[in-house]
Amino acid sequence: MLLELFELIIYILLALGVFFNLLAGFGLLRFPDVYTRLHAGTKCTTFGSIFICGSVILIGLKMWYYGSTDGSVLAIHTAAALVAILITNPTGAHAIARAAHRSGVKPVGAVVDDLEKNSSKKTVNKKEGKK
Amino acid sequence: MIEIETTYLIVLGVLLLSALMAIIRVVKGPTAPDRIVGLDTINTLVIVGMVIFGLAEKSVIYIDVAIIYALLSFISTLFIAKYLEGGEF
Repeated sequence: MLLELFELIIYILLALGVFFNLLAGFGLLRFPDVYTRLHAGTKCTTFGSIFICGSVILIGLKMWYYGSTDGSVLAIHTAAALVAILITNPTGAHAIARAAHRSGVKPVGAVVDDLEKNSSKKTVNKKEGKK
Repeated sequence: MIEIETTYLIVLGVLLLSALMAIIRVVKGPTAPDRIVGLDTINTLVIVGMVIFGLAEKSVIYIDVAIIYALLSFISTLFIAKYLEGGEF
């Protein structure tokens, strides 16, 4: 009974992760703008990857419970991959958003850009400091 | 009842479908940051697909490759973003 519940949890986590990853693809196709596409492409894949890697970790723990040493190796390495995704993905998204804003891409429908004055002042200050 | 390996391969197929949509965005994208967003999404999907494929094939070496791929794709994303920004390194 308990093991069947465990298997059900594994399948639910897998389905949730696949659903969110598919949503990321649809969002990339349908959104009108770089910044909104960044929301879809990065948040949804990070969230879905958490669920899929969690499901794989649970499968490894189940294999370990049945006496296979391969299962513990699977669980630990998948946890390391999950930590790598969790650290690198939001940082990369932040770098892309900053680069898009500084290279002059405007959001669709934006009337006032409050960050524009700030960022231009910052670059001028950097250049003056280097002289 | 479907066998569990078939389930993993179905999951892998759906992930590749999502990556295909990101490839369409990379080809169509009007500006350069659009293409980088698509590329970043493809990288994450490939990492997750490698984890699932290593589980389906019962070999842990694919998951090790996924860890290294995550770190290297992060470095490449940072470099492309820095290049777009136009600053000095």
